[in-house]
Parts: sequence; structure tokens; C-alpha cells
Amino acid sequence: MIEFLRRIFGQRGSSATAKERLRLVLMTDHLELSPDMIETMKRDLVDVISRHVEVDRERIDVTFERQESTLAMLANIPILSVGRPSANGNGKHEGRAPSPDGSARTSKPKRVAAQTGPGAEGQAPPKRKRRRRKKSPPAPATAPAAG
Amino acid sequence: MSGRRIVVTSGKGGVGKTTTTANLGATLAKRGRRVVLIDADIGLRNLDLVLGLEKRIVFDLVEVAEGRCQLRQALIKDKRFESLAILPAAQTREKDAITPEQFAAIVEEASAHADYVLIDSPAGIEAGFRNAVAGAAEAIVVTTPEVSSIRDADRVVGKIAAGGKPIRLIVNRLRPEMVSSGEMLSVEDVCDVLAIELLGIVPEDEDVIDTTNRGEPIALREAGRLSAIYDKIARRLEGELVPFTTFDRQGLFNRLMGALKAG
Ligand SMILES: Nc1ncnc2c1ncn2[C@@H]1O[C@H](COP(=O)(O)OP(=O)(O)OP(=O)(O)O)[C@@H](O)[C@H]1O
Ligand SMILES: [Mg+2]
Repeated sequence: MIEFLRRIFGQRGSSATAKERLRLVLMTDHLELSPDMIETMKRDLVDVISRHVEVDRERIDVTFERQESTLAMLANIPILSVGRPSANGNGKHEGRAPSPDGSARTSKPKRVAAQTGPGAEGQAPPKRKRRRRKKSPPAPATAPAAG
Repeated sequence: MSGRRIVVTSGKGGVGKTTTTANLGATLAKRGRRVVLIDADIGLRNLDLVLGLEKRIVFDLVEVAEGRCQLRQALIKDKRFESLAILPAAQTREKDAITPEQFAAIVEEASAHADYVLIDSPAGIEAGFRNAVAGAAEAIVVTTPEVSSIRDADRVVGKIAAGGKPIRLIVNRLRPEMVSSGEMLSVEDVCDVLAIELLGIVPEDEDVIDTTNRGEPIALREAGRLSAIYDKIARRLEGELVPFTTFDRQGLFNRLMGALKAG
């Protein structure tokens, strides 16, 4: 019934959205984290996680988001492979072509909430995706010339 | 005893600082208070124009700071009110043509012979803003009920609060019908987010533009609803407990929706 009325009289106004967005942005403003500090946090975070899984350093995304009544730091860290990176490794895997569309969908990025409590440490990631990446299409240079 | 020194500021530009300074100042003067308004917006002077005093400028704020003239020579007396005077900003100088110390000294001197010194701050949080705040002991922050304006107001509140000055809020350009339909943040929402004391609510009103066009303070237009609104704000500033007008009364439709939801 209410849905019906809403549809007839149009959506509810945008003021509630405005208030939510404001609360969040002000909290972030009040954090007063400089971009430098965020970068440092990102690096430290990744260093720890890299001890257990191989992550895509280039595509890490750290954001702040309001959850219930707290502000959460959310790190979206694409995982390239589970298990320890090679012993001598500096986190880089050789011999792997990047996926054709540039995304890491083959290894689903996992959201690691910063509030994750102790206990997560050392545990294997819940999903074990070892699907092979598709092969890259042939590079245009080597493609046969079209008639 | 010297008068109260209050800066009117906002962070975001164009939200109504000059309108508020001019009309609150005129209203206080109408109530018999001795009022000096200082335009701190160097390079973008407008307070004189809003009050219709632009033709009478001889000296300006920067010339006073540089000692080229006395403060009383630069003050323009408003002939429509016995006790209102303005100190215009310099129009062709930079914001840093004057230091916070010089500005504070001028405000101090002006307050010696006034009940209120209101300072019209420029937008932003740079040199001009710092000057305007340096001279004040209290602040009025003006915001419209929009996200960017509120966010900027919050920045400014943070900066002023760090100096320990009391801050009060004026919500300007409120559109009650939009609040009722849930399309505009209510005054309650704004206060909730900013967490500072409310001093007044000014609705969006065509009279603001009309009086500005003519260079007439709203206090002179007894018939309109705005003069009563500014009078309430002035009385609150003077410490009177004046109830707030609830512009955002719920419409029939919203009450119906509320009833349906509850049921
Ligand atoms: N309550 C109101 N209703 C309608 N129009 C308004 C209202 N308040 C202000 N205005 C209009 O909004 C515009 C900006 O106002 P004003 O110059 O006072 O803002 P300001 O904060 O001093 O701007 P600036 O940052 O440029 O100094 C003006 O055209 C003014 O007439
Ligand atoms: Mg102005």
C-alpha cells in the first residue's frame, strides 16, 4: 500500500540521503588524515597481508564509510593468489599475464574491514579460487593483417 | 565598557553573510543599540552597497590600518538610524593588505564606542577569514540547508572553536515547503549535524533581493515577515529567550504518510 502510494506521489525526498552523506563526510573531515598518512597506512596494511596472500598492490582501494554509528576504514585489496608468495619474492609473480580486461575478477577482491578482530590472522582465506586466468588475446601487432 | 565583537562567517561563499550582517546590524540599531559594521571582505566590498551607502565612502579599512586617517573619519553614519555606522573594505587592495593584529586593533577601537561590532567576513578560510576572526570574541556562522554549505560551515566551526570563541548558527534561505516534502534538510537536521547552538532561521524570501536592490535594510520594511524574523534574532543575541518559529510544519500529505507507516 505504502509502496503504491509512494509510486504515485513520487519517491521520498533526498534530505535523508543528504543527512547521511553529510554525517559521513564530516566524520572523515574530522579525522584529518592527510593523504600521506593514508598512503602510509595502506602500505603497512598491505605489508602485513602480503605475508599470507599475494595482493595486487596497484589496485588497492582504501575508503572510509559510516557503519551504524561508527566510521569504518574499508580496504578493498584484490588478492592475486592465496598461499604464501614465493620465498624470495618481493610480492611479485612472474610469468603471469594481466587479465585481458585489466580486472582481477579471477581472484575476487575481498573487502577486508579494518575492524576485523584478532583471530583472522594466519587463517586461510575462506574462498579458494584457483581458477586459471584466460589467456590474453593475441597482441594486435602479431595479428594477421585484415584484407 | 566596550561592546561585543562578533564575526559573521560561513566558509562557503554567497550563503548570506553580508545580508545577515547588514540586516542584523540595522535591526540592533533600530532597537537603540550603537552598532558598527565592518566589511572585512577586502577587494569584494559589498556591505556598503547592500545598505545603500556606497556613495558616501571617503576612506576605507586599509587606510585606517595604514594610519592615513582616523577610524572615526572612515566610519559612515547611516542617516536612517541614529546609531548605525559602517567601516567599508578597500575595493582595490589584496586580502593581505592588512594583518590580523591591525584588524584586531581596529575592531577593538570601534568597540570602545559601540554596543556591537559586527564583522562581515569574506568567504573561505584564508587570510581574509583569519583577519575577520582575529578581531572577534564571538562568531555567527551562516549556512544554507545544503550539503556543501554545511560542510564548509563545519570547517569554519572547527577553526573558530579551536580558538575557544562561542559560535552560534543562522540557517538562511530555508524553504519550508521543501523541508515538508523531504527534499531539504530541516533546521533540526542542520543543527544535529553541526552541533552548535541555533541563533536564527531566515527563510528564502524575495524581499531580500528587493531590499538589496534598493539598498534598504529589512528593518525599515515593517510590513514584511522578515523584519520580525531579524528582530527575533537580535533579541536572542541580546540574551532574550525567544521561541523559534517552526517553518517546517508537516503538510497533510506527510502526516497521512506518517499515519500509514505507523499503522
Ligand atoms: N534569505 C534569503 N532569501 C533570498 N535571497 C537571499 C537570502 N539571503 C541571501 N540572499 C541572496 O543571496 C545572495 C548572496 O547573499 P550575500 O551577498 O549576503 O552572501 P555572502 O555570504 O555575503 O556572499 P560572499 O561570500 O560573496 O560575501 C544575494 O543575492 C542575496 O540577495
Ligand atoms: Mg559578502
